[in-house]
Amino acid sequence: MIAELGLAALWLAAALAGLQLIAGVQSVRQPDGPLASLARPAAVIQGVLAAFAFLMLLWLFAQTDLSVKLVAANSHSAKPMIFKLSGAWGNHEGSMLLWVTVMALAGGLIGYLERRLPEVTMQATLATQAFVGLGFYAFLLLSSNPFERLATPVAEGMGLNPLLQDIGLAFHPPTLYFGYVGLSVAFSFALGALLTRQVTPNFARAMRPWVLGAWIFLTLGITAGSYWAYYELGWGGWWFWDPVENASLMPWLAATALLHSVSVLAARDALRAWTIMLGVVAFSMSMMGTFLVRSGVLTSVHAFAVDPERGTFILVLLGIYIGGALTIFALRAGTVQEGERFTATSREGALVFNNVMLSAILAVVLVGTLYPLLTEAFGIRVSVGPPYFNPVAAIFTLPMLAVMAVGPLLRWRRDGAKRISKPAVFLTICVLLVAVLVTYLSNASLLAILGLAFAAALAVGSLLPLRGRNLLRTPLATWGMVTAHFGIAVALFGMASESAFSIEKLVAARPGDMTEVGPWKITLDGIEPVAGPNWTALQADLRASYKGGSAITLQPQSRTFWSPERETAESALAARWNGQLYAVMGSGIEDGRRQLRLWWKPFVPMIWFGGILVALGGFLSLIGRLTADLKRHYVRRRSAERREDAQV
Amino acid sequence: MSALKPKHQRLVLVIVAVIALIAAGLLAAYALRNQASYFYVPTQMIAEPPAPTQAVRLGGMVQAGTLETMPDGVTVSFVVGDGEEQVPVRFAGILPDLFVEGSGVVAEGKLGADGTFIADNLLAKHDENYIPRELEDMTAAQVEQTVLETAR
Repeated sequence: MIAELGLAALWLAAALAGLQLIAGVQSVRQPDGPLASLARPAAVIQGVLAAFAFLMLLWLFAQTDLSVKLVAANSHSAKPMIFKLSGAWGNHEGSMLLWVTVMALAGGLIGYLERRLPEVTMQATLATQAFVGLGFYAFLLLSSNPFERLATPVAEGMGLNPLLQDIGLAFHPPTLYFGYVGLSVAFSFALGALLTRQVTPNFARAMRPWVLGAWIFLTLGITAGSYWAYYELGWGGWWFWDPVENASLMPWLAATALLHSVSVLAARDALRAWTIMLGVVAFSMSMMGTFLVRSGVLTSVHAFAVDPERGTFILVLLGIYIGGALTIFALRAGTVQEGERFTATSREGALVFNNVMLSAILAVVLVGTLYPLLTEAFGIRVSVGPPYFNPVAAIFTLPMLAVMAVGPLLRWRRDGAKRISKPAVFLTICVLLVAVLVTYLSNASLLAILGLAFAAALAVGSLLPLRGRNLLRTPLATWGMVTAHFGIAVALFGMASESAFSIEKLVAARPGDMTEVGPWKITLDGIEPVAGPNWTALQADLRASYKGGSAITLQPQSRTFWSPERETAESALAARWNGQLYAVMGSGIEDGRRQLRLWWKPFVPMIWFGGILVALGGFLSLIGRLTADLKRHYVRRRSAERREDAQV
Repeated sequence: MSALKPKHQRLVLVIVAVIALIAAGLLAAYALRNQASYFYVPTQMIAEPPAPTQAVRLGGMVQAGTLETMPDGVTVSFVVGDGEEQVPVRFAGILPDLFVEGSGVVAEGKLGADGTFIADNLLAKHDENYIPRELEDMTAAQVEQTVLETAR
């Protein structure tokens, strides 16, 4: 019954998306036509219905209803409740339902809330949102029905991939999806504004909270995903340039560029066509990410099902939406009037430079990600990894970081290079000093040295906009910018430090053996069996002491899950303020020794603290913008009321 | 710049963006030619050995009875075969969870001068749903021989 309710709600939601599309298109052509008032309510009800369908799926997973195919294939009655629930989106069908739900909810929210734009632009926006939504409803209902029943219920479910049974990972996909799909709103706004010739600062102000919100979620999702890969995979790395990771990085790069250009449009009425273009590109990258992950062209822990039919379906959707949007852009971009002008040395100039650099990095990542797929079509198998991505991306990242450190000091419209010459010289000295120091004191690679030097300069540079200001009166949005830029510096510091100073040791140890890893002395006390709710494990007791200090215990495990049956290595971490000790247990050897892999990674947590700071900066900015909007709204209403009073 | 007419400013911006993107594309293409690591099966690796500096991937079946642990306890050696040729592999590190003799593996690393493949990383079949992509075709093509060999 529950499954049928969910399916019915989903079909109804799809029908409402159709109605929303027709009503939207109709009222763009004929603003007082019979359907004009229907698009907004249709969007709201569609959002509610999709959310209802998703709740029904959650319910099925909570109950472990084994007559539903998806539950039987991905759940198990012995799983802890939180993983039963997260199992709902830890598979192809469920995650596509989540995608559609978030998209419908976002459409419902703009339908309900957004009143600043001309109504015709809103109708076009809602129509676009519905048009994109329809494609994904079709995909879900025709080829990936999450509510499909089994002819005969099974006795027990198959379980969830143990790698995915992790609290961090339970919340990683929804976070990322909020980001991916939040960008669909930017896409719809961009096309709506382009089609109705309303590319104005007001449009930018309406779009900005959505871009910011999506970008915050993407930032958090990528940060969480990176940390998950770091401790769960047990390889000691935090970023592998895996196609699936790149699939989340590419929308982030585009959204970061969009975020900055939308600010220019809102504040200065410049970069109109460019902002529209980025709005299209950002969501296109989200859809491309979905295609890469969901189509089965890649094999990884993320690619749940390999089904060529689904891949083709998503590819066709991708072609229609991206191709269509770019065609509309090509046809209509000429009608967008040129915005306000600015000189090269101005805030806008710096932001344009960084936008171009971000686009170049995006191009580099895109080419590297798609290249193996292209060559495979010609029968050549290649893999592209860090030796390509790191140096090539760095060529565009370093100039961007340099401009990022001084750009916020420039004034809008036109400014002289003279005004920032003092901080620029100071920051250059900063870079050189750190670079020379690190080169002398360690044998770090060139990229790591540059990373540390630029991180130091950016950390100082990002705080300079606060200099000479009354901190209490500084707008929240400025605090947001400063926090986010500082967060980038912190993350960069962590990355460069991990690369420059990590110490790795691989040993085979008997209980009682002691080994040294950098400043740590680590003793293997013993190995004992332990058991969890759906696994058993061997657990090593490691006693570690930092520079002879008091000992702490690390307990890496080698776990055996029994449904589905497989083994995983659970790493153990010990964090200090200046880094992390990382231990993984390997297999046993016949003579009774056990393999241990140990790392001392100075300042590695800064990578994720930096990511959180960046997201926090976005959050401060969002709050600042929203309260400013509310205030403006309130003032306008008050003055309108006063005018009415005066007339009376 | 301030003297530029509106039309010109837009043109300048477009040109700057296009130049940067082309530069990115060319740089990417150049780097890909040098940095992409190619996939070999043992027959190819014996016939046309890659340069010792070139990072490549070697895929095949771990031959039964060849897995050995060195006295240091952390270095292992084994032989990877595709039914025709065989390449010895050495790897220092923790073996992937489902790494067993007779199953497929993809080794990332470089071919040493002595003909031994030095692996930095091993990708093994994790479970039924995760097979390194390179192995899918190979196992299909050579499933008979592989079965024969592992049964022996």
